[in-house]
Amino acid sequence: MSPPRKNVLGVRLDVTDMSKSFNGVTVLDSASLAVGAGELHVLLGENGAGKSTLVKCIMGALRPDGGQISVDGIPVEIRSPKDALRHGFGMVYQHFTLIPALTGVQNLVLSRAPIPAFIDWEAELKALTRFVRETGLDVPLDRPVSALAAGEKQKLEILKQLYLRRRLLILDEPTSVLTPNEADSVLGMIRALTRAGRLTGLMITHKFREVEQFADGVTVLRGGRVTGSGAASRLSITELSKMMIGNTVIAGHPTRHSAALGPVKLEFAGICANNDLGHSCLEGFNLKVRAGEIVGVAGISGNGQRELVEVASGQRRPTDGAILVSGKPYEATRAQNDRFKVFSLPEEPSRNAVVPRMSVAENIALRTFDKPPTASLRWWYSPKKMRERALCLAARYSVVAPSIDTAIEKLSGGNIQRAVLARELSGDVEVLIVANPCFGLDFVTVADIRAKLMDQRNRGAAVLLITEDLDEIMLLADRVAVMFGGAIVHSAAVEKVDRLSIGLYMGGYEHGPVRTENSQVSLNDAPAST
Amino acid sequence: MTMSQQIATVAMALLAGALKVSTPFLFVSLGECLTEKSGRVNLGLEGTLIMGAMVGYATAYETGNPWLGVCAAAMAGMILGAMHGLICALPRVNDIAVGIALMQFGTAFAFFLGKPYIQPEAPHLPDIPIGAWFDVGGTGELQLSPLLVCGSVLAFGMAWGLRQTRWGLILRTVGESTVGARALGFRVDLVRLLSTAAGGALAGIGGSFLSLAYPGIWSEALSSGQGLIAVALVIFARWNPIYCLFASLLFGAAGALGPALQSVGVTEAYHLFNAVPYILTLLIMIGSSSRVAALRAAPAELSITR
Repeated sequence: MSPPRKNVLGVRLDVTDMSKSFNGVTVLDSASLAVGAGELHVLLGENGAGKSTLVKCIMGALRPDGGQISVDGIPVEIRSPKDALRHGFGMVYQHFTLIPALTGVQNLVLSRAPIPAFIDWEAELKALTRFVRETGLDVPLDRPVSALAAGEKQKLEILKQLYLRRRLLILDEPTSVLTPNEADSVLGMIRALTRAGRLTGLMITHKFREVEQFADGVTVLRGGRVTGSGAASRLSITELSKMMIGNTVIAGHPTRHSAALGPVKLEFAGICANNDLGHSCLEGFNLKVRAGEIVGVAGISGNGQRELVEVASGQRRPTDGAILVSGKPYEATRAQNDRFKVFSLPEEPSRNAVVPRMSVAENIALRTFDKPPTASLRWWYSPKKMRERALCLAARYSVVAPSIDTAIEKLSGGNIQRAVLARELSGDVEVLIVANPCFGLDFVTVADIRAKLMDQRNRGAAVLLITEDLDEIMLLADRVAVMFGGAIVHSAAVEKVDRLSIGLYMGGYEHGPVRTENSQVSLNDAPAST
Repeated sequence: MTMSQQIATVAMALLAGALKVSTPFLFVSLGECLTEKSGRVNLGLEGTLIMGAMVGYATAYETGNPWLGVCAAAMAGMILGAMHGLICALPRVNDIAVGIALMQFGTAFAFFLGKPYIQPEAPHLPDIPIGAWFDVGGTGELQLSPLLVCGSVLAFGMAWGLRQTRWGLILRTVGESTVGARALGFRVDLVRLLSTAAGGALAGIGGSFLSLAYPGIWSEALSSGQGLIAVALVIFARWNPIYCLFASLLFGAAGALGPALQSVGVTEAYHLFNAVPYILTLLIMIGSSSRVAALRAAPAELSITR
């Protein structure tokens, strides 16, 4: 896929001295940005750094107070989103804008104006398949979008922009809802497109890894100002993080205290369960977690992890097998959670861990509202005491909310997760079940959450960490277990494994890395061995 | 009569029943299907049906032309549908609540306006006698209403239109995702208004069949909940116009089971056999539903909490 540089379609974008303030608060303070034609440029910054405001000004969704935008060196006036579209600017969001019930072809035809009065779907499918093949991508067009994986949906979004002949693509955290493998695949596709000159890319992110692996140029924003920019290859992560967070204190690398392993606290004994479609997805899942250790369950999503967490949290009935906590049968009832001190941080907390329309205070009190001191006589609960306790915990866990009475759904993902941490970790924890705790969260929050998990382990809790992020396991776990096809296929102490062999087990190579003549082939096939 | 003759008679009676009474089911379910495809539920179609019956009958009586009655019924239905569409476009209005209100309104208003037309006799819609086409006994009752022919053609036309035309694609998009449709620049409320109005017009035509063809009178006991049953039919038909046609015919046939059995001498449990359509609905609903694939075909914007 070598880049034929001659007919570059991507535009060159220059933004100079752009400023914007809301009600006297300066959000963007003479920010400048230069993106070369066919470049993949990253806009890096923490939440609230002004990235979105800058991008909205470029897209015409906001009118800047001052500043100039040039396309291919020619100053342009962008007053509305329509102007931006006319210059070939397109945008891809974190969340998908495709219509889920319609197929890829239908979505693409819809986005095209004018839509023909009578549509010959077979001809459209043929033409669009040809178009997709020309771009060198692989996205199924004849299936409903709802049946596609998240990565495929995001690729289809990008494909749509190409189809509409967009020449500058602004991507707002395009990988935040994707698994690491999907993210790599999507970003690889964008880079291939920019290298081929079909597009210029401007991507918002707060992940350094994406900058390192995919970006050509970087601009860093903090507090509405540009704090640095340059070629991605010339800037180290340390320099970038200094530009990005300035003097903000972030939790250090989690430190592991060596301690004697305690007794087995949590045991899964031959768990079998069916998924939503009634197919078997857990097939004799066995695992033991001792007090004072973190066991990391690695695996590619869709191998039963979600169902395992649901069984462990009482959301799904196992068809066979049992969970034992301290040797006693456990069915995740509220009484048992209290007795055995079992806590959990499920994935997608806004769906699995909170009641979205209830207030922050009520959500923090979900485990304690019927116990003293919040409640007396077991049923007479005091909203005042509940709020006091919630305020205190919110401060301790740095939950940022307009008010403790705000509906929790109004908070950002990071703050929802912090509120859940405040609820789950503030008591005496003996067993902790965690699933993808840092998915889509910003840098500071991620460091904070990981430090808190390690802290629980050091205090002697048995921690089960189920995550798609292999780095997270290598960083936190004492022992790694690899899940494939609904069961554990491999388990070892973390010092004794390397990413490559774990990747092979994750890909279903039962015997791990076998050194044979064509080992090269099997390495390339293993999805997570990058 | 031999056993086989009896069976033939019952089958013929069921067919006659299907052809006779399925038309209102068909028009109302097609109208509701169209409306629901745009992401709104109009429960008011029972009221629209009765309003259509009354207006159709009155117009046919005054002008002497039953076809003008059908047109007037369609207009009246369209107005009621447009009312639903307009009210639901207001912020924080629930389409189901509005539908129930309009059902009451349509019924009561039709009774109020229709008082003078209970006695007089209006001209009927013509029937196409097709009994002579068959070389079997007992077919004299077989008659085909031109409205049923129109409705059948419409069912296929609607299925094609939803699939293959710009209008169909826009309608489905609006029904599947309000946010997505807005992002594409479609006027969501307008699309829903038009589809609800068109759905109301169809229900009005269904009503005119009741008063101008079968049973062919105007009275306050004219509809026995056909409008509501037809709304349920749409779910049973999985929002597919062609299935709406089959479901309507099936329902018409089931409704004729009681009289058909009576005609061959089975008189016990006559009322039980009359309840067959309702029992049938329950059984089919239970049989065709599945916890996993439940309502997968439902437009995503249909919701009772809005």
